Amino acid sequence: MARHWWTVIGFVVLLGFLAFGLTRDPNILPSPFIGKPAPEFSLPTVLDPEKTIGTDVYRNQYALINVWATWCVGCRQEHAFLLRLAESGAIPIYGINWRDNRAEAMDWLQQLGNPYVASGYDADGRVGINWGVYGAPETFLLDPDGIVLYKHLGPLNRAAWEQDFVPLINGGAKK
Amino acid sequence: MIPELGHFALILALSMALCQGILPFVGVHKNNASFMAVGNWAAVGQFVFVAIAFVCLTTSFLQSDFSVAYVANHSQLDLPDIYKVSAVWGAHEGSLLLWVLILSSWTLAVVRFSKHVPTEFTAYVVAVLGLLSVGFLLFMLLTSNPFDRLFPAPPDGADLNPLLQDPGLAIHPPMLYVGYVGFSVAFAFAIAAMLSGNLDRRWAKWTRPWTTTAWIFLTIGIALGSWWAYYELGWGGWWFWDPVENASFMPWLAGTALIHSLAVTEKRGLFKSWTLLLAISTFSLSLLGTFLVRSGILVSVHAFATDPTRGYFILAFLAIVILGALILFSIRAPDLDSEAGFKLVSRETFLLLNNVLLVIATVLVFLGTLAPLVAEAIDGSKISIGPPWFEIAFAIPMLPLVFLLGVGMHTVWRQQPQGSLAAKLRIPAIIALLLGVIIPGLFYGRFGLLVIIGSVGGVWLIASSLLEPLRSLRREKGTAGLPRAVWGMSIAHLGVGVFTLGVTMVSAFNVETDQALSPGGTIEVAGFEFEMRELRNVNGPNYSAIEASIDIRKDGEFIGNLHPQKRQYLVQQNWMTEAGIFATWNKDLFVALGDELGNNTWSVRVQYKPLIRWIWLGALIMALGGLLAATDRRYRTRETS
Repeated sequence: MARHWWTVIGFVVLLGFLAFGLTRDPNILPSPFIGKPAPEFSLPTVLDPEKTIGTDVYRNQYALINVWATWCVGCRQEHAFLLRLAESGAIPIYGINWRDNRAEAMDWLQQLGNPYVASGYDADGRVGINWGVYGAPETFLLDPDGIVLYKHLGPLNRAAWEQDFVPLINGGAKK
Repeated sequence: MIPELGHFALILALSMALCQGILPFVGVHKNNASFMAVGNWAAVGQFVFVAIAFVCLTTSFLQSDFSVAYVANHSQLDLPDIYKVSAVWGAHEGSLLLWVLILSSWTLAVVRFSKHVPTEFTAYVVAVLGLLSVGFLLFMLLTSNPFDRLFPAPPDGADLNPLLQDPGLAIHPPMLYVGYVGFSVAFAFAIAAMLSGNLDRRWAKWTRPWTTTAWIFLTIGIALGSWWAYYELGWGGWWFWDPVENASFMPWLAGTALIHSLAVTEKRGLFKSWTLLLAISTFSLSLLGTFLVRSGILVSVHAFATDPTRGYFILAFLAIVILGALILFSIRAPDLDSEAGFKLVSRETFLLLNNVLLVIATVLVFLGTLAPLVAEAIDGSKISIGPPWFEIAFAIPMLPLVFLLGVGMHTVWRQQPQGSLAAKLRIPAIIALLLGVIIPGLFYGRFGLLVIIGSVGGVWLIASSLLEPLRSLRREKGTAGLPRAVWGMSIAHLGVGVFTLGVTMVSAFNVETDQALSPGGTIEVAGFEFEMRELRNVNGPNYSAIEASIDIRKDGEFIGNLHPQKRQYLVQQNWMTEAGIFATWNKDLFVALGDELGNNTWSVRVQYKPLIRWIWLGALIMALGGLLAATDRRYRTRETS
């Protein structure tokens, strides 16, 4: 009599696993760099190929590294927020212009405004590979020692900034 | 206006589905024939309104009405019309609409073609299908309305994912869904059988043609998907054991077991509770597949937008439908002890083995697909299970199945007369051993244990499947020919043989190389020379591309020219590979452009794939066999037994 009820029990167990699966976000991919020094790099800047931007420029302060490109819809979406964040003076933002075209990138900054202290021009995406970039936009939070504290996938907005970035900065500052 | 009409039609369809799902139960309970009949009319009404909604959405796409969010996100002004239509089911909301349209079409067909089934039984079937429809319509209206407006409307849309801009993918999802959803009919029949207590063999007979038909579509759908992945993804693989592929493959495996166990239940009245459980499981796996794809619970190359509310809704729906069915099964099944017995060497035994092996295969694919989820739930680790695991795990039950199948289809019910099998199968066995060993050595110059097993198995299946048809063709005039069902069985199994040979040869003798190539350069692969003549820029309606012209020569003699492309779609800016494929009956020569290495030099992937077409050909032959079996005379005549 009872031997048929195993089907019900088996399915209930399966439901448990599926419900668990829903509680996690498949988009969270652990970045191997979190808690480690950010990869070294040196890139010509977008606006002036003669100048370079590299690991040293953002030492001794908290900084954001934002990976962007003109072809990326999410970057356009987060741009307004980045501008406001830069204006507020909360944190310096450095850009890595990833797999893009210099002329278009310059137009973009001119037309939409430039929230970046400077942007490195990573045309062949090599720096992006070193940083483990999956796609644009991505935003890294670095502490004053150049350690990666956090990596945000997708467009940045106020909610994500306040929830994920601010506590890390405040927490680190108190130490 | 049109989107609002569509939205309204969906709401009306929901109310129709509610009538269809509730009133027939009332009718049966009160033994009121007109209430039972109302369900049939509600099913017609539901179909009409869902069809109106579908036409409305298609119209919005064709008119490029970007005030509809779904259209704005998945279409674009320059998108060719055919892809504007196929974009309707190119993403979540629209594919749900297609799902419901197909469900209501199946229901309509059941209403139309079930005159020989008792009214009470049909009433149950229609009601169960109606309740399923209620679930999906609610899901669409509450979480995934394709008619949601967007304000302000963007001037142009975001374009359809370029991967989906392909004729293969325009027809693959509908085929797949017709198959997937078709198993809902088998499910509804099983539930109706348990509710009405009609648990003799008749329900199996009523269900068989429906189940086989659903299986045919699923077979074609999966084959199309595999073919699409082969030429569109640019890697030259034909099956990736991706969670979404597995989601369609599990119902296929369970459905294949189901059509065989239905045969035993219909003919001999055996395996009754097992068949019921398979009917429930097959459709449950279809639903689970939908859940896996729609909830984004597993990361996959097919990733659709993910939204946890949708996930919880489908999970709740899954829980209600499947738990309800399994509880009903657990209550009913103990009464179903079989009376008839069978001997060891009999068709029953072989079909039992078939079921056991297919179910093992289903369970293995299931475990492999869900293992990452389970591992993370238990100890938080992220693991991934790749194709190598699946290939080995899948071969374990499948290899014995291939050999047993050739014997099984020649056995008779109850008890096989002694010695009759050996006499009958001697010739195919000799042919299989000879050809199976000779073919790899003669044509490809290499032997290996797995290759020999695979090619002997493939030839064995083909030879033993042809046995009955050949006998029938040689029979004396005036004697009865083979029934269509036996033709169907022989042809479907022949398809399995063709498929097996294709898989064996392409896995063993595939040659693949990635090399740098610039105009004027030549690569040699498997005795063929590939010369890049030129590179040029070409423009499509919504993409620009770099196209190579590649001449193929064999022993210096020109045999063909290919034009592989690397396309950049203008709106989404992503790159797509359009492979160039030179196909003959016994091989494909596959050329795909990789990345530009600078200086007009490209990395080029060249592959030689022997017998790869046989994989899809085998699947089509299986489907043809199914078609013959499903249209056998005994399903077309009125109730006799």
